[in-house]
Amino acid sequence: MNQKVLIKKNLYYDSVSLMQLSEKIKSLPQVSEAVIVMGTDSNKNLLREILFFQVEIEQATSNDLVIAIKADNEAALESAIQLIEKNLMHKDTSEKSMNEVALLTQNSAYRANPEINLVLISTPGQYAALEAKKALIANKHVMIFSDNVSIEDEIELKQMADSKGLLLMGPDCGTAMINGVPLGFVNSLPKGPIGVIAASGTGSQEVSSLIAKLGSGITQLIGTGGRDLSEKVGGTMMMMALEALNNDNETKVIVLISKPPSEVVAQKLISACSKIKKPVVICFLGSAQDKIKQENLYFVQYLEEAAIKAVELISGRKITIQIDDFEELVESETSKMDKRQKYIRGLYTGGTLCDEALILLNKEFGNIFSNIALDVKYKLKNSFTSTADTLVDLGDDEFTRGRAHPMIDPQLRYHRLINEADDEEVGIVLMDFVLGYGSNSDPAGSILEAIKIAKEKFARRNQYLSIICTICGTETDPQGFSQQKNKLEQAGVICMPSNLQAVKLAAAIKRRLPQ
Amino acid sequence: MSQGILELFTQNISVLNIGIKSFGDNINKVGSKSVNLDWKPPALDKPEALNILNSLYNHSVENANQKVIEIIQNGHPVLVGLGIAGEVIPGMDEWTILHAGPPIDWDRMCGPMKGAVIGALIYERRAQTPDEAIQIAKSKIKFSPCHHHQAVGPMAGIITASMPVWIIENRNYKNKAYATLNEGLGKVLRYGAYSNDVIERLNWMKQELYPTLKETIELLGGIDLRTLIAQAIQMGDECHNRNKALTSLFYREIAHSLVKTKFSDIQKSRVLEFINSNDHFGLNLSMPACKSVMQAAEGIENSTIITTMARNGVEFGIKVSAFKDKWFTSPAPKVKGLYFPGFSDSDAALDLGDSVITETAGIGGFAMAAAPAIVGFVGGNANDALNFTRMMYHITLAENKNYQIPVLNFRGTPTGIDLRKVIETGLLPVINTGIAHKDAGIGQIGAGIVRPPLECFEKALLNYKK
Repeated sequence: MNQKVLIKKNLYYDSVSLMQLSEKIKSLPQVSEAVIVMGTDSNKNLLREILFFQVEIEQATSNDLVIAIKADNEAALESAIQLIEKNLMHKDTSEKSMNEVALLTQNSAYRANPEINLVLISTPGQYAALEAKKALIANKHVMIFSDNVSIEDEIELKQMADSKGLLLMGPDCGTAMINGVPLGFVNSLPKGPIGVIAASGTGSQEVSSLIAKLGSGITQLIGTGGRDLSEKVGGTMMMMALEALNNDNETKVIVLISKPPSEVVAQKLISACSKIKKPVVICFLGSAQDKIKQENLYFVQYLEEAAIKAVELISGRKITIQIDDFEELVESETSKMDKRQKYIRGLYTGGTLCDEALILLNKEFGNIFSNIALDVKYKLKNSFTSTADTLVDLGDDEFTRGRAHPMIDPQLRYHRLINEADDEEVGIVLMDFVLGYGSNSDPAGSILEAIKIAKEKFARRNQYLSIICTICGTETDPQGFSQQKNKLEQAGVICMPSNLQAVKLAAAIKRRLPQ
Repeated sequence: MSQGILELFTQNISVLNIGIKSFGDNINKVGSKSVNLDWKPPALDKPEALNILNSLYNHSVENANQKVIEIIQNGHPVLVGLGIAGEVIPGMDEWTILHAGPPIDWDRMCGPMKGAVIGALIYERRAQTPDEAIQIAKSKIKFSPCHHHQAVGPMAGIITASMPVWIIENRNYKNKAYATLNEGLGKVLRYGAYSNDVIERLNWMKQELYPTLKETIELLGGIDLRTLIAQAIQMGDECHNRNKALTSLFYREIAHSLVKTKFSDIQKSRVLEFINSNDHFGLNLSMPACKSVMQAAEGIENSTIITTMARNGVEFGIKVSAFKDKWFTSPAPKVKGLYFPGFSDSDAALDLGDSVITETAGIGGFAMAAAPAIVGFVGGNANDALNFTRMMYHITLAENKNYQIPVLNFRGTPTGIDLRKVIETGLLPVINTGIAHKDAGIGQIGAGIVRPPLECFEKALLNYKK
């Protein structure tokens, strides 16, 4: 076993680029380990865990690039190193190759490109607030993709943005689309008369792609960040966005999406909506708000319902996306299972989609385990091991340390699916496939092998695994909705038209299984 | 208050992408514009430092920095005359010796500085031998930085009471700055030499050079140094390590008045020859010119602009405008450069001198793009000279109104070093400098590029803790 460690001082790369490079190198024949990371404390811990103990690593700082490779022999090591150097070369910022167009500071970027009007920040969290502040000072709109920004910073930044009439989407805002331009993880969406404001990434992806499927389109998709509707922040950005969309002539219907906020903030929001001249569809996920009756407000419980309501308000026609042969499908799937099978396993990449599934299934069955369960009784002891009915949000922090998000990197779910298939009590697997910009280039294709293996395991036990999925995407997404659907259907996966429909199907099947 | 957001809906989206590169790529893929910021984490990683950095982005700091920039841009250094140090420099007396860089006492001084002190004491006739001089230095002398007395000194920067000095006035703010006259190259006092010929030269400067030039400047009514420096920069000087044009322009400026002074022809000729033989004669004018400009910008509360940089051969020190009296120091670095034949970096003294006041004011290394010939001296190629200046725009807040660089389309030199930007980018100010031999008395052995230690800036930043 040969190993090599290289430290490149003062050479910075973002974590996604480095992970892509690591994957590339790891896939070389005879390379058994390739870790290419910045020398942060947590990365150094990771390296120690996989037995790289060199003193150079210990001395590296978070501004230094650490390259650690293990290979079968010297030659493989050398070619790995060469490939790495080749990939890093274009970014050499040694003194000899400095030039004026190097955009090292925001000010130099604005000097060179004065037409910049929006700044998208996805640095590690502890640096994001400073960059956002500088952008606001320069009168630019801001989107903060990064999370781990303090709430005090968020409040300060949003107050500043408010006073200047600027957007501050985030922190922890993964999805937005302004004037049709994709920001972060977002689908390719047609232009239309519906404006979406969301405190949730995959929530807004589901709603917006369903709106597209139903033949309508989006004016603006504004993300507020997950914490905007907390009491301390008070919904500052959501209210600014509401006011803007109210005054935007292109927007005819507004959709608000969020986890249920506190009473105080909900009230604030609802009374702000009373000043809105257009219909507003509000989805506080899982919450049935039937007490409030306000003329232009429409409360819905689930994401699909928000999309349907919005398009109905535009078209004036009643819409449904239920499939015709629902009952037949339930019957056919259940009939192939044996009496040992009773549980649902949900392997989700989209947090809000997992939330929605959890809410619906808990309402019907209760006792659903999850790594994101609010009730401590149903929080998984070990998130890597399912028990009974379990829904896992694979995008949660504990899964994404040192690894790309599952919407980008399918590996974790691939292996998890194969593991779940060893459990003879499982009957149904639920999965989401989130397409769009930012996501993996072939989410369906990258898991086909695991689906095949899983189904075979059940077949060998004379059982049948029902795999149900939802595909959150549009035809014009880079991955192509139909292509993804075809691949999955050919592998025996049942593709339902929305997350809600997929979960309803799973629930209907489970109802027929022994309790 | 969402008018701005509504406006955004009517504009073409043009994005600055900071962080994950693929986000920018996706925007470009759909035909919109996104540029990637070449971002990396700030040089200071501790949460405390990040908090302070964050808190330094506010109105008070921006306003204070604006004020400082305005003062620098309006600085107008004029050579108004010459005087004797003990008579014109504030706080100067016969037992005070001024030196370059931040405060330092005799015991810790480097070789060249000790040599210069010895030479100065002999010149002042307080000592007859080097040993006597050392005794007096240890027991009777009060050492103080030139900077604390409105003065600057190149290399060892030693000023004693009977030395003649230039008097520069910052016309718009009325403050004055002082510097000795440049002795020449090689074995000279500022490099720590104290042999007889050094002393003789100093004597001659007092007896002939000083009175001749004093009367010359009186006849002229002063010389506008700002105009002279501006022209020199457009003629290939950067006025720290390359002063040939500045020296020539000065010579041209004084010639007709000098010949009218009351002194003998042979004396006037010796004076002219002295100036002509020293390509760095102008340095001792550009330095106090820069000092006078930066001095007026000191003490502006909340400003994060660097107003002083200086070295004493042991420590590098900086000051920021907000904290007028506080030095932030760190061990002086070694200079990276080219050595004269027979010398190498094992012979080198550590970085020394007040001449980095030129970079502080936006010329010197910051104007290297105007002086590509310097690369013959400090190493590299002409393109490097351009790039050094270009990099400095990232850490400064303004482009100098007075000093412009022809090859950069007459763009003003990068001026007003912002502490915050140094920390954020990790880019340290670039300085062109000479290299002294580490032993007293040998002289210059090379020239090169040096950067202040990041630690100075780290200490300065932490001082802003509210």
